[in-house]
Amino acid sequence: MKKTTAITRNSLSGPLDDVAADAGHLEHPPRVGFFTDTSVCIGCKACEVACKEWNLVPETGFDLLGMSFDNTGELGANSWRHVAFIEQQAPSRAPEQAKATVDLPMPSFDLPGAGSGAESRTDFRWLMSSDVCKHCTHAGCLDVCPTGALFRTEFGTVVVQQDICNGCGYCVSGCPYGVIERREGDGRAHKCTLCYDRLKGGSQPACAQACPTQSIQFGPLDELRQRAAARVDELHAGGVTEARLYGEDPNDGVGGDGAFFLLLDEPEVYGLPPDPVVPTRDLPRMWGFAGAAAGAMLTAVVAVFAGSRRP
Amino acid sequence: MGSNMAEAHPVGFQWVVEAKRRGAKIFHIDPRFTRTSALAHEYVPLRAGSDIAFLGGVVNYILSNDLAFRDYVVPYTNASFLIDDNYLDTEDLDGLFSGYDAETASYDPASWRYEGAPAMPEAGDRPPAEAKQHATGDQHGSGGAKLEGVSMNPPADPTLEHPRSVYQILKRHFARYTPEMVEDVCGTPKEQFLEVCKAWTANSGRERTAAVVYAVGWTQHTVGVQYIRTAAIIQLLLGNMGRPGGGIMAMRGHASIQGSTDIPTLFNLLPGYLPMPSPHEGRILEDYVSSVRGDKQKGFWRNADTYIVSLLKEYWGDAATPDNQFCFDYLPRITGDHGTYRTAMDMVDGNVFGYFLLGQNPGVGSAHGRLQRLGMANLDWMVVRDLAMIESATFWKDSPEIETGEIVPEECRTEVFFFPAASHVEKEGTFTQTQRMLQWREKAVEPKGDQRSDLWFFYHLGRRLKERLAASTRDRDRPLVDLWWDYDVHGDEPSADHVLRRISGQDIATGRQLSGYMELKADGSTLSGCWIYSGVYADGVNQANRKKPHDEQDDYALEWGWVWPYNRRILYNRASADPAGKPWSERKKCVWWDEEKGEWTGLDVPDFEKTKPPTYVPPDDAVGVEALRGDDPFIMQADGKGWLFVPSGLVDGPLPAHYEAHESPVRNPIYGQQGNPTRKVYARFDNPSNPSPPEPHTEVFPFIFTTSRLTEHHTAGGMSRWLPYLSELQPEMFVEVSPELAREQGLEHLGWATIVTSRAAIEARVMVTDRMKPLRLRERTVHQVWLPYHWGSVGLVTGDPANDLFGVSLDPNVLIQESKVATCDVQPGRRPRGKQLLEFVEGYRRRAGITVETGSHITTVGPRADNAHIENAHDGATDGEGRQ
Repeated sequence: MKKTTAITRNSLSGPLDDVAADAGHLEHPPRVGFFTDTSVCIGCKACEVACKEWNLVPETGFDLLGMSFDNTGELGANSWRHVAFIEQQAPSRAPEQAKATVDLPMPSFDLPGAGSGAESRTDFRWLMSSDVCKHCTHAGCLDVCPTGALFRTEFGTVVVQQDICNGCGYCVSGCPYGVIERREGDGRAHKCTLCYDRLKGGSQPACAQACPTQSIQFGPLDELRQRAAARVDELHAGGVTEARLYGEDPNDGVGGDGAFFLLLDEPEVYGLPPDPVVPTRDLPRMWGFAGAAAGAMLTAVVAVFAGSRRP
Repeated sequence: MGSNMAEAHPVGFQWVVEAKRRGAKIFHIDPRFTRTSALAHEYVPLRAGSDIAFLGGVVNYILSNDLAFRDYVVPYTNASFLIDDNYLDTEDLDGLFSGYDAETASYDPASWRYEGAPAMPEAGDRPPAEAKQHATGDQHGSGGAKLEGVSMNPPADPTLEHPRSVYQILKRHFARYTPEMVEDVCGTPKEQFLEVCKAWTANSGRERTAAVVYAVGWTQHTVGVQYIRTAAIIQLLLGNMGRPGGGIMAMRGHASIQGSTDIPTLFNLLPGYLPMPSPHEGRILEDYVSSVRGDKQKGFWRNADTYIVSLLKEYWGDAATPDNQFCFDYLPRITGDHGTYRTAMDMVDGNVFGYFLLGQNPGVGSAHGRLQRLGMANLDWMVVRDLAMIESATFWKDSPEIETGEIVPEECRTEVFFFPAASHVEKEGTFTQTQRMLQWREKAVEPKGDQRSDLWFFYHLGRRLKERLAASTRDRDRPLVDLWWDYDVHGDEPSADHVLRRISGQDIATGRQLSGYMELKADGSTLSGCWIYSGVYADGVNQANRKKPHDEQDDYALEWGWVWPYNRRILYNRASADPAGKPWSERKKCVWWDEEKGEWTGLDVPDFEKTKPPTYVPPDDAVGVEALRGDDPFIMQADGKGWLFVPSGLVDGPLPAHYEAHESPVRNPIYGQQGNPTRKVYARFDNPSNPSPPEPHTEVFPFIFTTSRLTEHHTAGGMSRWLPYLSELQPEMFVEVSPELAREQGLEHLGWATIVTSRAAIEARVMVTDRMKPLRLRERTVHQVWLPYHWGSVGLVTGDPANDLFGVSLDPNVLIQESKVATCDVQPGRRPRGKQLLEFVEGYRRRAGITVETGSHITTVGPRADNAHIENAHDGATDGEGRQ
């Protein structure tokens, strides 16, 4: 248990050492989260199934989406884990690893793969990545919730209490990642709880437990960040220079994520926003503007009346 | 290769990911880019059905660049042995070996023997043509075939220079498998092929080892056994057998499939790979034993008498005595091919009364689904035990044949009895996985309602049958009346623990649990239900139930579960040390000879007699175990050696040769002989074949298709299509095509396609993907399409079964069907419905000129090249009364 002196003022953006304390947990365990290493994800979707089994999340219908092997589509009220599949051209490697030079064909207007045979293809790769709620340091959903249904747990995670949620949906627009959603027919907001009940029982979340290749790693966030940095170094040394972390930086727009990722391409490729910003970051500035505007209005009004006294 | 491990075996694949993390280089060689390819360093494409050409190319690379691990190859393999001078190779006979008989499409293997060895078969052995009916190949599942006269090594040339040495024969045989030939046959770019060769050879030898992983992508071919043989040749030449990090790993199709061959659910095997007796051995136990093993041979199969007698004692207890041949006569005799496909045809022909179906869904999962369903619809009764009402239980009311009018529910004569089964978490017992490891599971929850374990079903079925026959005096009932059926029962559930104790084996007089098969006796004083499992209950402890965590023991984790035989984790690990008994290298040490203690020791349990020194040379008259030299690591083999060349035991040749699949759009570029000259083809009107070269009209079915699994579903769907959380992840049947083929055929992404063969037409949603690549073979482009095979007519998600497209053609060694490659046509749009569907397929047959004989012209070289070999197609079919 970590003891901290009570912080009197809740911060709205930027790095924050102790999110649980910030939320008023005076004694609490270390902040935990996920490090999802997509370089070893095999796209088995065991995380999706384990999550639904444990949390009794309803199925989402039997729709073939045609998006590679992804028939889940996106995170939502009924999909708290979502494995994205991206079929794409592989990046060219450093010169010493490059294949022997080949003659480039004449420029053409064909689509990729539209040549007559395999010789027209370039190197190919298939990226897979299991997405989840980021459990932000500054969680937009939580900050805008008017009922207190969303709260920060002692583990530093963000959880919705459905018995309090009134279905207003502010959280949906408050989330910079588009994670939280209201369930159809139920109206209330649902999302990943980082298996709050399992954490309380001393277990790890169902998805991390089910992951066969340790692509989803659970643990104290500090430790995960160290592990992730080492993994990036290892991949870079092995020539996978495109490996990068996403969401681990406490200086980003949400103060860093509780669930962060190792990606092999730009975040947009995986359907992740490149520069997520918690709406509350701009709150002081907005209040500033609003204050200035109100002041100006007041001045104008005063001026009008003052002026009217003039004969 | 031949395995989509990440998708079909994701839990095992974690170790591949772990190996990759530690620096191993991973190649995935497959017709299509899969989730396994995504994680591999290098994806290498090849044409479905061309694996022997690829692997043969690797053998040629090793031999022509002199890269074999000679210090290993000369003492540990049969490379130096000389072969009989009557032997003729495929090089001499344009794709055939000596001994071929076009009439029966089978080989007499006499000329494949070692020089000086007596000719086989002998009296009491089975004639060669019959070996094909009995699938004798898989009767060697735990060791090599019988050989006579090799207790002393046969004539050999350790310099490997003799023209009739196995090494030189191998060199000549594979000389034409050049990188250019590989490119022409497989469609694999030469540079990529050479990259595989370089990595494989560079990572083998004293300091390093390489492993091969395969699955049913190798086994489900008319040449499946020889696929694996080719890999075995490479691994032996490179010294990768019996060593840590080496080997050939078979990924099995289902939990405990290894267990279901060890303690078999196969018509031709008894437990522990003892062959099922045939009438040739008569009623004499000794004759049976001598048909299993040679008198003058080496190794532990020489003790086969102790294995069979202990088994008979387990079956019949006190009733089995030396005077009555231990009830050997009670065992059934197999008189021919009673494999699953032959049985399905016999069902169609009205020769079968009843059928038990346990945890299997042939209406979806077996090749030629229509034949399977029509067969099941022509029985008196059928028992289905499964988790759900699968297609094979409800075919009489909702199969595709209802729509076509071929099955009419009111007229279907089969009475189906459905028994709900307990799942694996609702019963106790063991699983045996691919490493031969038995792992005990406890029952986690009670089965619901009427659900019961398979053990419960068979125990009570046996008990009731025995009760019914108790008063019988008929001889034919003696096997059941005398059957020793006294397993402990708790409530009404038989004790799986007690069954395991009896499998492991006991000394009958004292009841002591045996430590292993070396304690078994042929005098009837011991019993064991499966000799290779003997010792799983050693010391009265359920060894399979040991669960010491990996972080409390070393990498071999000898105290997790139990591995047959004797808890040895790596088979033939004597080969991990050099002939003098020292590890080949510190890095790859496993077991070694401890001179001081005078015994074998090491990290694993030595797979060798503990105190036999490496220098041991047996006396001239020694036989069996005693005849094994101190440097004969392959202790189950009749000569103690790893077999590069197989002098006995295979039905289709002593060496692998590339043959085209039964259905192929390509003429064999390597030999005049087109396909496996001994493959089993059942030429029947209801089992037509698409034409292959040199037959005409191959253009009617121009594309190659292959099938496999998705992670999200389980085989024929019985365990996944009834579960919403799995069904939603892959909700619909689809077909993967390349963008090139989509354009050529006018297929649209997410639109519909109809896939047609001479058996069936099915429909699927179209998935256009760069993961499918057309292949360039010389001047022509070959398109491949891929289908998952999980769907059927019932469940939460439904779709046409891909296996309906296949016909029945089998590997002659093991009777496994060719269901990983065939030819087809692909057209845009949905398939016709009802009777029009039958007419549609008939139209294709007409255009391709298909008759009953199409595909049965097996021999395509030599004077009998036009001879159609028809595989006992109409046995019993003529006589409706004469049921079996």
